[in-house]
Amino acid sequence: MNKTANPRAWLFVIPVVGLVAFNALIPLMTVVNYSVQETFGDNVFFWEGVKWFEQVLNSDRFHDAFLRQLAFTGMILAIEVPLGIAVALSMPRKGPWVSVCLVLMALPLLIPWNVVGAMWNIFALPDTGLLGRMINGLGIEYNFTQQPVAAWLTTVLMDVWHWTSLVVLLAYAGLCSIPDAYYQAAKIDGASSWAVFWRIQLPKLKRVLTIAILLRFMDSFMIYTEPFVLTGGGPGNTTTFLSIDLVKIALGQFDLGPAAAMSLIYFLVVLLLCWVFYTLMMRGEDR
Amino acid sequence: MKSQKWLVPTFYIVFLMLPIYWLLNMSFKTTNEILGTFSLIPLEFTLDNYRKIFTDPTWYNGYLNSITYVVINTVISVSVALPAAYAFSRYRFLGDKHLFFWLLTNRMAPPAVFALPFFQLYSAFELFDTHIAVALAHCLFNIPLAVWILEGFMSGVPKELDETAYLDGYSFWRFFVRIFMPTIAAGIGVAAFFCFMYSWVELLLAKTLTSVAAKPIAATMTRTASTAGYELGLLAAAGTLTILPGAVVIYFVRNYIAKGFALGRV
Repeated sequence: MNKTANPRAWLFVIPVVGLVAFNALIPLMTVVNYSVQETFGDNVFFWEGVKWFEQVLNSDRFHDAFLRQLAFTGMILAIEVPLGIAVALSMPRKGPWVSVCLVLMALPLLIPWNVVGAMWNIFALPDTGLLGRMINGLGIEYNFTQQPVAAWLTTVLMDVWHWTSLVVLLAYAGLCSIPDAYYQAAKIDGASSWAVFWRIQLPKLKRVLTIAILLRFMDSFMIYTEPFVLTGGGPGNTTTFLSIDLVKIALGQFDLGPAAAMSLIYFLVVLLLCWVFYTLMMRGEDR
Repeated sequence: MKSQKWLVPTFYIVFLMLPIYWLLNMSFKTTNEILGTFSLIPLEFTLDNYRKIFTDPTWYNGYLNSITYVVINTVISVSVALPAAYAFSRYRFLGDKHLFFWLLTNRMAPPAVFALPFFQLYSAFELFDTHIAVALAHCLFNIPLAVWILEGFMSGVPKELDETAYLDGYSFWRFFVRIFMPTIAAGIGVAAFFCFMYSWVELLLAKTLTSVAAKPIAATMTRTASTAGYELGLLAAAGTLTILPGAVVIYFVRNYIAKGFALGRV
């Protein structure tokens, strides 16, 4: 769309900038402040320079949490994206079932995150939960509160349950926007359904899938509540992802300096990803 | 091949519904039954768990607190986002693209990074443990979301509409309220829905900023889970009740929900 230059448009934006800046800049400056200082309480602070940053970047604990985070994000993307596309492809295009599918599939997205955790906790408990009972009934020993592998699989499964619908909804919206003429042309050419998928549907889905992948990437990168309620980061530290670790250091141990330094590193990583996201998303748009 | 297509969504939906069913099932059981026997349907059907929630103030106040700050947040977010989104969709101005990107970074910021500074910030303003504090804190990610969604919807409205209205002698605000807002009513509804939803599902900040007076239902639940031991039935009933608001309104936004999740970009 052609936009007119209008410097006074700033007036429209001021309330938004004010509110968001209050929430974003002041806390961010607080974090920066803590990240370079040491305190022994009583509001007495000492300048420490980059000590905390070095400490965090060199600590095994941070490396482990970061690697766990990357592994988790990689796993859920590898499952959710193909599964989401598969479900979207086989959903009906019209008729009364469309609404039923959309409403039921969107339901997990609207459940408070701690309830998702609590629900999966109840669902997967080895003695009282349906899932735990079923797996143990198959003769496989399963207890996600004690076995690291089981805890991981349960967390991943929970995320797949929670967020695959996001990919489904976006992919479905993308599929519905492909004009019928494309399919008719493919039919005349005698294209197989596989060819239709690779040559027509997937290229047309590129934009929505970019959005879906990047949203999932970023939201899973800051996941906190669901695994915290489900496993509490355990057993041991096996499901302690970045946010959980950060909250443990900041609010649990009250180690302000290291927590602040870790916050900033974490935030910079997210910021970088955000920029990639923005660039990719805005690419096709004429602005 | 073609006739079996319905199997995939069906299996998927069954998979989605199983944990929800289990939660519902648990909520109608007594604690004894949950711990003692294993059954697919409640054997001693009871409404005690729900009765407890609706009669015990610590429980139902949790819901009232959550709804209060969620509504305040939605009203603030949408009303300040409306003019801003209009500016972004219609005008070029100094730093517009940078500002638009900066807003997005706040939607993507991990709340864990902000938990401690928020606590101190709102304590300093003596807003700790008030509904306003949580409502304002949630603006961090909800205002950017609302701006992006609304901008997406507004960019779909041809500019000729604005120009015609000005030619007809409408003042800006009269045009905005009388003509433009009704035109993008669906977008406003979707933005409000998403603000409501993200504020409703968020726990970390809400929990950090409250202790007693404004404690959200989600925090009440986690506290029950850890202190009162295994009152699973009660927990399940409380969980079921938190699903309801979303389940009720979801029908109205079903066709726009993809657009909302994609920040107005599908």
